[in-house]
Amino acid sequence: MANMSLEKQKMPELAPHIRNKNFQEVALGYTKEQALAEAERCLDCKNPKCVGGCPVQIDIPAFIRKIKEEDFEGAYEIISASSSLPAVCGRVCPQENQCEGKCIRGIKGEPVAIGRLERFVADWHMSHQKALPSKPISNGKRVAVVGSGPAGLTCAGDLARKGYEVTIFEALHLPGGVLVYGIPEFRLPKAIVAKEIEGLKALGVKIETNMVVGRILSVDELFEQGFDGVFIGSGAGLPRFMGIPGENLKGVFSANEFLTRVNLMKAYLPDSRTPIQKGRRVAVVGGGNVAMDAARCAKRLGAEEVYIVYRRSMEEIPARKEEIHHAMEEGIIFKTLTNPVEILGDEHQNVVAIKCVEMELGEPDERGRRRPLVKEDSEFLMEMDLVIMAIGTSPNPLIRSTTPGLETNKWGCIVVEEETGLTSREGVYAGGDAVTGAATVILAMGAGKQAAKAIDEKLKN
Amino acid sequence: MYRILEKQHLNPTVGKMVIEAPLIAKKAKAGQFIILRVDEKGERIPLTIADYDRARGTITIIYQIVGATTMALDRLEAGDALCDFLGPLGNPTKMEGLKRVAVVGGGVGCAIALPVAKGMSEKGIHVDSVVGFRNRELVILEEEFRQASKEFRLMTDDGSHGEKGLVTDALRALLEQNTYDEVIAIGPMVMMKFICKLTKEYGVKTIVSMNPIMIDGTGMCGGCRLTVGGETKFACVDGPEFDGHLVDFDQAMERGRTYHAFEEQQCNLFRKEVEQ
Repeated sequence: MANMSLEKQKMPELAPHIRNKNFQEVALGYTKEQALAEAERCLDCKNPKCVGGCPVQIDIPAFIRKIKEEDFEGAYEIISASSSLPAVCGRVCPQENQCEGKCIRGIKGEPVAIGRLERFVADWHMSHQKALPSKPISNGKRVAVVGSGPAGLTCAGDLARKGYEVTIFEALHLPGGVLVYGIPEFRLPKAIVAKEIEGLKALGVKIETNMVVGRILSVDELFEQGFDGVFIGSGAGLPRFMGIPGENLKGVFSANEFLTRVNLMKAYLPDSRTPIQKGRRVAVVGGGNVAMDAARCAKRLGAEEVYIVYRRSMEEIPARKEEIHHAMEEGIIFKTLTNPVEILGDEHQNVVAIKCVEMELGEPDERGRRRPLVKEDSEFLMEMDLVIMAIGTSPNPLIRSTTPGLETNKWGCIVVEEETGLTSREGVYAGGDAVTGAATVILAMGAGKQAAKAIDEKLKN
Repeated sequence: MYRILEKQHLNPTVGKMVIEAPLIAKKAKAGQFIILRVDEKGERIPLTIADYDRARGTITIIYQIVGATTMALDRLEAGDALCDFLGPLGNPTKMEGLKRVAVVGGGVGCAIALPVAKGMSEKGIHVDSVVGFRNRELVILEEEFRQASKEFRLMTDDGSHGEKGLVTDALRALLEQNTYDEVIAIGPMVMMKFICKLTKEYGVKTIVSMNPIMIDGTGMCGGCRLTVGGETKFACVDGPEFDGHLVDFDQAMERGRTYHAFEEQQCNLFRKEVEQ
């Protein structure tokens, strides 16, 4: 008999007033009992809508069935047949817009907590795993993967499992891309990312760090070195700024810089040698997951007041629901329908305030989102000493400018064939933010997966 | 790991290292930079490439011991290794179409100015050089510069070596007697600012090499941004060389001081560690 509770099993979490002062993981994960009880909420639909909501089409009812049978390793095998990074996705996917958004239980009450169950299974696997996977027999073909974020790791993993010799070229000193420099420890512990990467290495994937493709090696040189195919998953790149006066004052950061200092360079640890400016009153401009991450990091570093400044309303805010909920619990103040027009500084060019205008929502734009309009004579000042711009990124020009014949669109994103990720260059595939502009981990993984399939089809003959 | 093949001190506060990095050496050009980390816990710092040897597969860096990271770097010797070393980053110096240039180097900036002067003179460009230091003890690369230059002027603030005076004094004298396609000025921000003020009077295009705070060096963090001609530019992907007449030096100088207090604290911590 199914568990007909209208609500999900509650996720055990660190208390907000404790966790907003440290970087430990917020969501603690289901116990076995909670996972079993939640699994029983799944009706095992004949025509499961959830699977269609998953960018990598995990067979969700099947893995939940295995949980019900207490065969957690079996559940893991089902998930990992479709997803290379289950422990990551269970934590960072926007499930409410994907699998859980389609769940029939969500019509009346809350959907099945698919994400939390996925995480439970992945964590169970990690703590019970006996041996790392072994390297499959090589098929003698070599593929170069540029970038070790979610797209690159997924593509590399899928190809390695098929016997390809894969080398990942990573620009930073650590692999993981946005999973390491962007998403904070309290949302995605770095030990988990490291474990997933260990698994890939066991499959024979080589990772070369400190390799900026486009500078030290070009895509053409990768082919000259004997690679049979290349996948570009180089990420979104350059942070955007608003173009308002005062953006280059001291105390204004891109979210990329702020988060990289905190996450990659571990500036939150007392013995870190990388400096970080700890604000007293902090404004984070933007309403996406990156904005939430930056705001929650700033709070943890000791800020008294942290504001999310967003030009639309709570209705349109694009961040994952859980992140918004967590941010609010931790004391982040949401200043919606507000847009900065200038950042003001003192005589030493330190930020002292932001000048904002109030906004109201007009007619929907071409994407259906109501357009924010400035209210007349609504200017006001907010005292701030730190401002973080989290309004998106634009693609890095390094690869497109050094790869002749690689077609990009007017925003600089690499143009690909949708089904395969094939670019305008033969043998060169691309996926993730380098193609779509800033998007999610799971979409990048989906693209890495599709490209791996297409590369295999092209090279296996 | 990236092995240190040679190390020497050019003066009491400036060191030089030759690092084994064959792939970078293959691609490096004058004007580009690298980013290094001394050890696993280290910060990432950018340093301009002072020289490269493609045959030997090496990159030469010259560093001034100014903060905790350069102190830690300077504790290493030939035979040790750096944890991370990546590059070549940034755009190379543009040399096309130039016939006569004046290269100005200030202090440790001479280490960056030298490969530019050398590269240009090897291309047959007429190079006059002016270099400046506080005093005799701090002079570096004098012979190398002399060889790369048609006319060479060495200035010290106190007159203990070369001529007494500022690089601007010597450059003004050169500008009075010569016409240049371009002046290339590399040194402390305040020196570049005043060189640009001077060359503006003479209407000579001036290129400066900016060295702002940076993390990744590939265009991801945006920490290295500066205002050039009213627009925001990233030193790592748009530079590091810019038209000096368009650079907002006052802002760049302030931004360079963002972590001043933290850096002093780190230096003190490092000194204590070394003493123990």
